[in-house]
Amino acid sequence: MRIQTNHRWLLFVLRNISLLLFVFIFVAFSLFNERFASLRNFENIILASADVGIVAIGMTFVLLTGGIDLSVGATMYITGAIVALMLEDGWGVAAAIPCGILAGTLWGCFNALLISRVRIIPFMVTLGTLTAGRGLGLLITESRHISVPNEMRFGAVRVFDLVPIPVLVFALMVLVAVVILKYTPFGRQIYAMGNDVEAAKKAGLDTTRLTAAVYIISGFCAAVASVISISQVGSVSASFGRGIEFQAIAASVLGGTSLFGGVGNVFPGTVIGILLIQMIQNGLIFMRVDLYLQEMVKALVILFAVFVDAQRMGLIKRLERRNIRLEKRIARPAEAKKLEWTAWQ
Amino acid sequence: MDDFILQFFGINKSFFGVKVLKNVNIEIRRGHVVGLIGENGAGKSTLMNILGGVVPFDSGKLLLDGQEYAPRNPAEAAQAGIAFIHQELNLFNNLSIAENFFISGFPKWGKTPLIDRKRIRLAAQEFLAQVDLNISPDMTVEKLSPGERQLVEVAKALSQDARIIIFDEPTTSLTARETERLFGIIERLKSAGKTIIYISHILRDVLRLADEIVVLRDGEVVKTGPKRAFNIQTMISSMVGRYLGTLYPERTSRPTDEMALEVRHLSKAGIVHDITFSLYKGEILGVFGLMGSGRSELAHILFGLDTHDSGEILVEGNPRNHRTPRKSIQQNMAFVTENRREEGLLMTATVAENMGLVALPRYATPLGGVLRQSLLAESIRNTVSSLRVKVNDAFQNQAKGLSGGNQQKVVLGKWLMNNPSILIVDEPTRGVDVGAKYEIYSIINEIAAKGAAVLFISSEIEELIGVCDRILVMGVGEILGQFSRAEFNRERILQTAFREGGK
Repeated sequence: MRIQTNHRWLLFVLRNISLLLFVFIFVAFSLFNERFASLRNFENIILASADVGIVAIGMTFVLLTGGIDLSVGATMYITGAIVALMLEDGWGVAAAIPCGILAGTLWGCFNALLISRVRIIPFMVTLGTLTAGRGLGLLITESRHISVPNEMRFGAVRVFDLVPIPVLVFALMVLVAVVILKYTPFGRQIYAMGNDVEAAKKAGLDTTRLTAAVYIISGFCAAVASVISISQVGSVSASFGRGIEFQAIAASVLGGTSLFGGVGNVFPGTVIGILLIQMIQNGLIFMRVDLYLQEMVKALVILFAVFVDAQRMGLIKRLERRNIRLEKRIARPAEAKKLEWTAWQ
Repeated sequence: MDDFILQFFGINKSFFGVKVLKNVNIEIRRGHVVGLIGENGAGKSTLMNILGGVVPFDSGKLLLDGQEYAPRNPAEAAQAGIAFIHQELNLFNNLSIAENFFISGFPKWGKTPLIDRKRIRLAAQEFLAQVDLNISPDMTVEKLSPGERQLVEVAKALSQDARIIIFDEPTTSLTARETERLFGIIERLKSAGKTIIYISHILRDVLRLADEIVVLRDGEVVKTGPKRAFNIQTMISSMVGRYLGTLYPERTSRPTDEMALEVRHLSKAGIVHDITFSLYKGEILGVFGLMGSGRSELAHILFGLDTHDSGEILVEGNPRNHRTPRKSIQQNMAFVTENRREEGLLMTATVAENMGLVALPRYATPLGGVLRQSLLAESIRNTVSSLRVKVNDAFQNQAKGLSGGNQQKVVLGKWLMNNPSILIVDEPTRGVDVGAKYEIYSIINEIAAKGAAVLFISSEIEELIGVCDRILVMGVGEILGQFSRAEFNRERILQTAFREGGK
């Protein structure tokens, strides 16, 4: 209504940049290789997205508060190590998985405690728990490469012969996250806090509790992602989960989540983000791009996403400020006179 | 028998041994509008923060409805029915209006943990109607204009069942029309039995709205009484504690006939149209216009923050059409923006850092560009003292801790350190108290006396008449008239602005 015509398109593009990018890259890869646009390949992309996607859900919660969680990869490794070691010791899957997830969630609690109670900045805390967590994982596995028994390799099993378990878990977690963020007081308060912490405190919100909650959620998500990843890969090695934080943050940001907090969503946002990243990776394989070069291309895309995020926020703000002014400007002098007169009466 | 809703008895408050409130006694009647005025630092904010549960008081007694009242936090104050509408609004821009109303206590949908969206929407709609806002409660706050946000904040206060509503400078970012609308709402709240405390530096607004007026000075109540006991002049004299014979310093210098800036037929589609004027050295040229008249946009074009479509800009006789802020600064132009909080100052930087910002290159060594710290510090110290900026330690204190008037002096100081030959000031006294206003006028006077040309943009006719040599009147992006000092006349200037005059 108050958006001026020539800016409307620009604003539309800026707001939906990830979706447009998704379509653009999909079309580009499809033109390059006809097998890329097959249903089978699309399924591969979704399967490959599941574990990182689940991490990215938790990351979105954290980013919405204006924080960051760099320790998700380490959390995955701790969970993975515990699951793998327990299975190696002869425990069943039903015991190993809950214990692993509990361990990962506890690691998230540790972050939560340091950030919300001790009040150390999230970046430093999670950088610390990233290093410490990796160390802990290496310690308990003695840096071995541990293969898991077949009963753990359920990654390719399809429920009702249709949906693979990893995709189902991912979808369920997206659904729960969307409901929490959109339809519960807790979710809306996360957005409020991300917008303005001081105002949130003044409104009587328990910001300590909210902050703690998002890091625990992030730990839990990383732990679940770890289990999913083991079920697909079939083993836990010393590099398990390494670098996942970068992809998770990138997926959230590509999906429109702002690093400054308060803006973003899990669906479609983060889901599009992660599919986009996996699609690029998949497409690069189709194009037979050098394996080492792939990492660089991926990193470039991610940096581009962060750049766009910064530009977009600034530009949207500028465009909208202009719009407000223009709305107030009254083009027809006769009407202006009338309005201003009534204002001064 | 008087029906008092709120009574302060001998309230004292000190911060770090400095007494900011001394034995404050105020009684507020139910359903009245009380105007609270005083210079910055007089203790208004502290008093209201006590009421709002932000800070506790040291001694004394506070009665709310005859009951003793000592809120320990903002939530308790809100529960007691006290709503505080701050100068900077406390809305969450990324949430919908309805969500903003219920953020601290959402109603649930049956026994589920989910929000009852329908209920909050309906409730919000009802409260929006009470402030005459006909917008959807699902609208996100960031899409609203400043005026609408203010009204949403009022509706929020109503939704929390507030009995006492405190307004702190509510009109600074509103247009004339929005202000009028807000005043209508305040009148309506009053007749609905709400008690209003209205804080403002705009004295004629206070005089218009208030039933009673309380004047604070140096932490003491110096005068209180019904509105009829006051007029603008007595309000000012009790605020500053002396009779201010003149609100404006005497112009001691005359403009020269040397041209500093010339603008010929400047146009930009939809913004300004055919602007032609000249600005002379030593002159203070006023630009009068209401919000939306194009006055600030013109300043932005002149300083290079925006482009123009056609026309010419000449600086000291040379065409300088391709403008950027950087070039403007090199041409010794300075621009004090109307929005000092967001555009004029780095709020979390120190006073000294802010002051040094523009003139920094002047203090670098010619080779290598190393900053000569002691030289810079020296001139920052000189500027701070010559502008009489009230700050304990310019090198330690952050800009955001300063009062509005002192912040504005820092902005002025930042540009003065660069010795500008053309100074554009946009609403330099907005949100600034009377005493500091006088000092700002004096500073601008001195700059003009030294030969600089000043373009003084304002929506207050009185200050332009008091300070300027000549006034241009702007409206709908055009210059509608021009007045020299001898022709200054409040009525005629206003008429010209509304195109009711000769044109």
